[in-house]
This record gives sequence, C-alpha cells and structure tokens, in this order.
Amino acid sequence: MSFMSPAVRFQNVSRRFGSVRAVDNVSLDIEPGEFFALLGPSGSGKTTCLRLIAGFEQPDEGHIEIFGETADGVPPYRRNVNTVFQDYALFPHMTVGENVAYGLMIKGVGKAEREEKAKSALAMVKLAGYESRRTAQLSGGQRQRVALARALVNGPKVLLLDEPLGALDLKLREQMQEELKSLQTSLGITFVFVTHDQGEALSMANRVAIFNEGKIVQVGTPSDVYERPTSRFVADFVGSSNVLSPEFAATHGGRAAWTSLRPEKIQIAPQNALVPAACAHAKGIVTAISYQGAVTRITVATEKLALIATTPAGTDVRKGDSVSLIWPKSAMVAMGEGA
Amino acid sequence: MSSKANRSTPLGLRISAIAGLLFLHLPLALIFLYAFTTEEKSFEFPPPGLTTKWFGVAWSSRPDIWQPLYLSLQVAAIATVLALIFGTLAAAALSRARFFGRETISLLFVLPIALPGIITGIALRSAFDIMSIPFSVWTIILGHATFCIVVVYNNAVARFRRLNGNLVEASMDLGANSFQTFRHIILPQIGTALLAGGMLAFALSFDEVIVTTFTAGQQTTLPIWMLSELIRPRQRPVTNVVAVFVFIVTLLPILAAYYLTREGEHTGGSSK
Repeated sequence: MSFMSPAVRFQNVSRRFGSVRAVDNVSLDIEPGEFFALLGPSGSGKTTCLRLIAGFEQPDEGHIEIFGETADGVPPYRRNVNTVFQDYALFPHMTVGENVAYGLMIKGVGKAEREEKAKSALAMVKLAGYESRRTAQLSGGQRQRVALARALVNGPKVLLLDEPLGALDLKLREQMQEELKSLQTSLGITFVFVTHDQGEALSMANRVAIFNEGKIVQVGTPSDVYERPTSRFVADFVGSSNVLSPEFAATHGGRAAWTSLRPEKIQIAPQNALVPAACAHAKGIVTAISYQGAVTRITVATEKLALIATTPAGTDVRKGDSVSLIWPKSAMVAMGEGA
Repeated sequence: MSSKANRSTPLGLRISAIAGLLFLHLPLALIFLYAFTTEEKSFEFPPPGLTTKWFGVAWSSRPDIWQPLYLSLQVAAIATVLALIFGTLAAAALSRARFFGRETISLLFVLPIALPGIITGIALRSAFDIMSIPFSVWTIILGHATFCIVVVYNNAVARFRRLNGNLVEASMDLGANSFQTFRHIILPQIGTALLAGGMLAFALSFDEVIVTTFTAGQQTTLPIWMLSELIRPRQRPVTNVVAVFVFIVTLLPILAAYYLTREGEHTGGSSK
C-alpha cells in the first residue's frame, strides 16, 4: 500500500428529509486511529452523519468511503462498523452475555468461542462476571459498558458512538471519558462520536468537526477550534467568547474583522494601570460578577460593548468599579466571515 | 374506620354487580346443567334426573357431529394461520412507517370486527357472487380471516409500538440481515402477542355463525350444526354436550391469550 486511505471519507454528501437538508454537501476525511468528534447543536446534522457512516441512512448525493471501499448502497449489516447507541439499545430478552455475543452468533461463531470472546470483551469494559445478568438489572453506566462491549467484540474498523455520555451523571461521565480515551488508545480503532457538549469534544477527541445547519463549519484539533475559531458560530459554540465587531477590533489593536477574544485572556487591572506594548486595553465599569467556583466571571461595560473576563476565584473587584481590561493583541483571533 | 367505610363498595352497587354477573352467567350454567338432564325432548326445569349418558351418545352414536367439528377446526386453524401472517405483516408495516392516511388504513384493518357480522357476511357473499367464486370451505376461511386478521393485527401492533426501533437498528448494526433480525430480535418480543392474537382468532372463528351462514355453501360448521339441531326434537342434550365442548375449546385459548398479553405488558414495563 503506497498510501493509507482514510477510515471514513465523505465526498460532497447530502441527505435531505423532505425539504430539510439535514446534511448539506459535507466533505470530510477521518484518519485511521483518530478519536474524532462530531460536535454541534441539536439538529445540526451530526447524528445524521453518524447514521450515514453506520448505513442506517444513505446519502441523496455524494459518496461515502470506509477504508477506501465505497459504502454506497451497502446495508448496515455488511459494514465493518459498529455503533454504541444513545439509549444503548440492549436486547431486553437476552442476558448481558447473549447481548455481547449477538454479533458473533449472527456471524456463525461457535458457542464456546463466542462465549469466550464475550467474556473477555466484558472484562475489557470492567464487567467481568456479568454474563448471566439481565439487562434490566443494570445501572445506566453498566448498560453503556455492555453496549460498548457488544460493539467492540466484533472487531469493528470504526466504532461509532452516539452521544455516548449523554445519559450519565457528571461523575460517571468524567470517569467514562477517561476510560473511552484509554480504550481507544489501547485498541487503536477509529472512534467517531457525536456530542453536543463542547467540553466533552475538546477533552476526548483528537480532532473535532463542528456542525451547524447541516454543514461543517470548522474541522481541527481541539486547540485549533478553541484558539482559532474561524466563525462567530464556532467562537460562540466552543466555549464562550467575546465577539468583537470589526470597528471595535480595529480600534483596539486588531484587524478590521469580526474577532474572537476568549474571556480568560482578559486581565482586569486598575483603571490607570500600565499597558504593555504587546497588549490592547479598554476601560469600563464592572456591571456583573458571577462566582463559578474555580473562576469568577466578570462583565465589564466598555464604551462600545460589554466584555466578559474570567479570572481565578478570589478577585477583589466589586460591582460598579472602574477598571481597565488588558489583553494580548495575539489573543484576538480574526474570523473569516462575518456570519 | 371512616376511610374503610369509604373504600368499601356501596351495597346497592354490589347487588347490581352480582345481578349483572348472574344475568351473564346463569344461562351458561343452564347449558351445563342440561347436558346432564335425563329428559331428551324439552328443557324442563328442574331436570327430572341427571345422567352422563349424553356424553357417551355424542361420542359414539352421533357421527353427524364429527364432520362439522372437523370442518370448524380446519376453518379456524387455516383462518388463524392466514391471520397470523397478514396481521403481523400489516402491523409491522403500519407501526414503522409514518405516512399520510396511516390512521385511515389502520381503521380499515380494524373495521371488519367493528362492523356487524351481517354486513361483512352480505358484503363477502355478493363479492364472491360477482367474482363467480363458488362457495366452499375456502370462502368460509376467507370470511373468517377478515376478522381474525383484526385480532392478530391489534395484538401485534400494540407490541410493535412498544418495540424500541433502535433494537432493529442495533441488530442490523451487529451484522444481522432483516430475516435474522426478525428471527432473533422481533419474534421473541412479539411472540406472546402473536400467540395471544392467534388464540383469540382461533376462538372467534371456531364459534362464528353469522359470517359463516353467508359464506358457506353446503358445508356445516359446528355452530351451524348446533343451530339446526335446536329445531330437532330428538336427543336435545347432545347439543348441550357439544356446547360444553365448544365452550371449553374457545375459553381455554381466550384465557391463555389473556394471561400471555398480561405477562407481556408486565415484562414490557419492567424492561424500561
């Protein structure tokens, strides 16, 4: 092989439901071994993209390739791709072990061998010994592990996860994030997951595709999309951001373009503080202070617009104070289009 | 004390409930009773004496029972099989698809059981006439299938609606084609509903009179045989013996169906 074909390739893929373009001319390469996130608000087309990879949907236009082979017209059961469903979709009339062994049973793997494989798959997701349990007896987190084992036991080339952590509580979610990451690293399988939670996408994925209204608006590493958003939508959706108008940016050390400025890049200083040469500043009055545990969010009304700054907790700024906001000019990221 | 008094049913309501039950079930008890009477020409109350000889008579010296019995079993069995196939397919299609007119089609499926049997009967009879289909066992079976399908459809559609659509996708995702998915995922979950629907359909067909009268040619099913037997003066309790038999043959499947669907609802709820 002289070149490596991408794990998943979308070429100008569109999928319409009635008059709605759920997926609108999407082109995308997901590389082998990547932990790839499809991030976007609900209805943005990310889940439809996942279903297109799984084969539950067929594109109306364009082509999809999975490891260099066309997926056009290939039904889900002939794709070497497995899915962890959002509601896990465990078979209620089967035990945990039967659930995990289902794919192998369908492939005609002998009983002893598939039980052995199901057992080790369950051990991999830390559910050793749960083979004969009923799925109704499991907690949400355990069900998800079963769903994961049921998919992975088939040795898929690509594992698809639909909002994998959506139904779990915060503590469990953080724990599963770590586990999914280490599982992905140790197995080396391409993971593609759908989420609307930007924190989840940033912390788990190698690369993120951000969807809005059926289109991909930006693809990049988590730090790419966070540090260098190319549109107001991305700047707003991934973390929170101050979006500066072209006029404001131009008069405050930036270019005459819509500009993103992350709240944590802004320092709050006394009104007459010295401004370093590499920095820009704006004066204003503190209008709101919101304590958020690790950080404090401070809203400052400047002459032109209100800016939000986050500082480590324990600031002595009070509401009504006149302050100076100082930020490095390099922290101002000009965005491509005005949208 | 007062709460207990509030919870207990008022006396008047109790009496009317008991009266209602008696009204429904006393005639049944009389049918059983007259299967044992010694008087063979009229139903005299109280019976002059009790005997079990009519069971023997029905079994050994009335060959005219066997042909209608065999026909009724045959019709019920074939109509039930047809209903299971078409009722399940219809339920699968209508519970999955969302399209304009879906509710109307659903209603059209259920209509034959809501319509008076006489309408179904006349409609079928004229349809068979127009198409020059001679009346035979098969016209009876087709007539029965119209309402048997409804019973299976109703049972199956309720279960299909509870079936999580993701399970089908999960099965296909794990490599199963449509047939394997039906065999391993759908059938185990709708199985009890189908069994219950099938049993109800069998029971309905087995004692059907009206549609049968319109769609039968020279054939006599067991209920029709009973009807004609009432006019004859001879060996009346034999009819009652057959009635007891019909009662058991239809009651058992209905009871079984009741328990099967009840259990199904139970497990359906607990898996949530």
